[in-house]
Amino acid sequence: MPDCFLRQTTLLLLIAWTAMWDVACAKKATNVERGNASKELYIGLGTEPSGLDPHITTGLTELYVLVAFLEGLATVNAETGAIEPGVAQSWEISEDGLSYTFHFDPKARWSNGDPVTAEDFLFSFERILTPALGAPYAYMLYPMRGAEAFNKGELKDFSKVGAQALNPTTLVIELEQATPYFLSLLTHNTWWPVHPPTILKHGSITDRISKWTKPGNFVGNGPFALESWRLNSSITAQKNPYYRAPETVGLNGIHFLPIEMNAEERAFRAGHLHLTSSVPIHRIDWYRENQPEDIRFDTALGVYYYMLNTTRGALGDPRVRKALAYSINREELTEHVLKAGQQPAYHFTPPNTGGYNTVAQLPHDPELARELLAEAGFPGGEGFPTFELLYNTSESHRTIAVAIQQMWKKELGIDITLYNQEWKAYLSTREAGNFDILRAAWFGDYDDPNTFLSLGETNNGNNHTGWNSPQYDTLLKQAANTLDPEARKAIFQQAEAILLEEMPVIPIYFYVTSKLINQSVHGWYPNILDYHPYQAVTLK
Amino acid sequence: MLTHIARRFLQAIPTLWLIATLTFLLLYLAPGGPFDEEKPVAPEIKEQIEAHYGLNLPLHQQYFRFMGNLLHGELGPSYKYAGWNVDEIIRQSFPVSLELGGFALLIALVIGIPIGVFAALRHGRLSESFLMSFAMIGICLPAFVLGPLLLLVFSSALSWFNPLGWSVASDRVLPALTLGLFYAAYIARLSRSGMLDVIQQDYIRTARAKGLTESRIVNIHALRTALYPVVAYLGPAIAGLISGSFVVETIFFIPGLGQFFVNSAFNRDYTLVMGTVLFYAVLILLFNLLVDLLQMWMNPRTRND
Repeated sequence: MPDCFLRQTTLLLLIAWTAMWDVACAKKATNVERGNASKELYIGLGTEPSGLDPHITTGLTELYVLVAFLEGLATVNAETGAIEPGVAQSWEISEDGLSYTFHFDPKARWSNGDPVTAEDFLFSFERILTPALGAPYAYMLYPMRGAEAFNKGELKDFSKVGAQALNPTTLVIELEQATPYFLSLLTHNTWWPVHPPTILKHGSITDRISKWTKPGNFVGNGPFALESWRLNSSITAQKNPYYRAPETVGLNGIHFLPIEMNAEERAFRAGHLHLTSSVPIHRIDWYRENQPEDIRFDTALGVYYYMLNTTRGALGDPRVRKALAYSINREELTEHVLKAGQQPAYHFTPPNTGGYNTVAQLPHDPELARELLAEAGFPGGEGFPTFELLYNTSESHRTIAVAIQQMWKKELGIDITLYNQEWKAYLSTREAGNFDILRAAWFGDYDDPNTFLSLGETNNGNNHTGWNSPQYDTLLKQAANTLDPEARKAIFQQAEAILLEEMPVIPIYFYVTSKLINQSVHGWYPNILDYHPYQAVTLK
Repeated sequence: MLTHIARRFLQAIPTLWLIATLTFLLLYLAPGGPFDEEKPVAPEIKEQIEAHYGLNLPLHQQYFRFMGNLLHGELGPSYKYAGWNVDEIIRQSFPVSLELGGFALLIALVIGIPIGVFAALRHGRLSESFLMSFAMIGICLPAFVLGPLLLLVFSSALSWFNPLGWSVASDRVLPALTLGLFYAAYIARLSRSGMLDVIQQDYIRTARAKGLTESRIVNIHALRTALYPVVAYLGPAIAGLISGSFVVETIFFIPGLGQFFVNSAFNRDYTLVMGTVLFYAVLILLFNLLVDLLQMWMNPRTRND
């Protein structure tokens, strides 16, 4: 009885199927093919950037995009990592290291044709330092004289801050104290200029909620100009014709696609991306075997560690903390669990940070760990309280936590319970110091040991361990005042030795970045800050 | 009819107020705030940021301020995406979700109703069990399994479709299938049970006795009544379909509303959470009303209620 109904339906489905097949078979060129022809790079971001205002954003994803649109006084050589002229074509440093005079490149222009002036930089410094803007990273400018006082509202007159425009193309910056890594700070987006008329057209100097970053409004001074921006879809950059050195730019455009990690890998395989932001762990082995030329691992300036709350009972005893640190088999973790070439961390500052390598090392010595635990009054783990280990919800953090939980159980005979919280809840717990042991990570903001070791300072906003050492604080202050690089490194060595002796944090491994890179991309060089000026990139 | 519509609109006001208030309170109770970051912000800076968004005010003032803005139709700026207003985000991403949901709905109806009707007409036979097991699988198979499966076959193996994106017409096929098949399976079950009820009714027997053709009986007389349960289900289904799907959008990299819906909660992007929740609530209320009207039109018995 229902035969005619069946026939109608089958016919309908058949038509639909044919239509689908027809549409599908109209082959389109992939992004990579199209991009190689038009010299446009398709790059995966992993996530949507939270904004394009260089004074408000703080993340790496944002920096990845902004480096196309804006440029500071100095920039980084993509290949060697050396500091190179940016808006300033040359500079002089006073003998005491307290005063920097920058001479601007007369060709430096904004993407609307206006010249980039020293006053633009003053406006930008004032903007980021004005308390009302609430710039989270304003402290990056604190080496500048008076910047901290102005940012904290103690100094009201910006002209008292150590930045001066001698004329439109000469800028003098005076420092609180000699800061050997000052030039590398200038490559960070907090030090970059914004176009004053554009900012003021869309609000006041301190307007956070401004439309100036929108396509059509955005005026930058980088090698590329903002073409379009659709949330969760793409940010498109076109070559900026007013850029000071257009001949150095090898691309005509860039498409930033905020694709989630797993989809990103699929997009790469199908030729829709030249470059991904990362590689999912479960795909690493496949690429190693089948397309080793496409996968790349670079050391990153980041450390994965556990923070110990030293105000919690037994964790207040450095022997207990050391026992916990010494009993972790880091090689096993990096080789069998993580597998992407991460390095086991036997100290806190990643190797070769600003040319510094830590001498002091913590051992992997379960025997010594057991002795230390026994000395602290817990022989064989007997009577050891059950502490909780908190990590932010993630499969890989869980895997690592489970492995370490097992190691502690096996080597020390102690039980640790694991629990996880979703990101914002985790941050709030951590801020309140409401944890025993907590998973944490730190990525350097600039290539200098100070960005890592300052985490142990008493007043550092990220030191939630409850641990402090006046001696440690003094050493870091001393390092900040030392100009001679070798003498400075020697002071950092002492500070790090204290950190490893007291062990308020347990370093576990040093990060690597993993990426998939299409063979047509040239000029994408590995570097520890994962900082990639796009001028050097070409497609062949 | 008009009084009915007016009454429903009046009823919607307290409902929306309640939803807004509950969402506001839940957001306030959730630990962590929109401006908590891994690298903590100095307290004095955080105060300044919070002052920009009125988060420094006492709770009741925040609430009245927020409700006041709502009454003026202002959803406010997103906390996470600097420079974007919530209404701007919804305006940009809703058309995408609407299109995806529309196609998915079409697939759900075109596949679901025939399968359900056909299964009912073959009641008790092997083909019915086969079709209904198929529908059961459709319901059980979540999008995060079905999506990658479809990709594996139609994109990786056969290279018929792009693995992701939303630029060319054919990009609509796989996401719409992934989203639509679940609803198709559900609709198949609903229309089957509806049809089973109807074909045992006296008026169908009368129609048969009058010697009408089977296809006329099914298509004209039975189908309309058999689809009541499907139509009732369509209200919430349409609202769900067109307000975006987080999973499907993430798998296929589609710039729809679903991702904002979920991520805004994780980001504690208060204004965006509120905007998307209220938007969804309005859609549900609206489509439930439309469905009611449709049912009235289909069923003369309810017309005078």
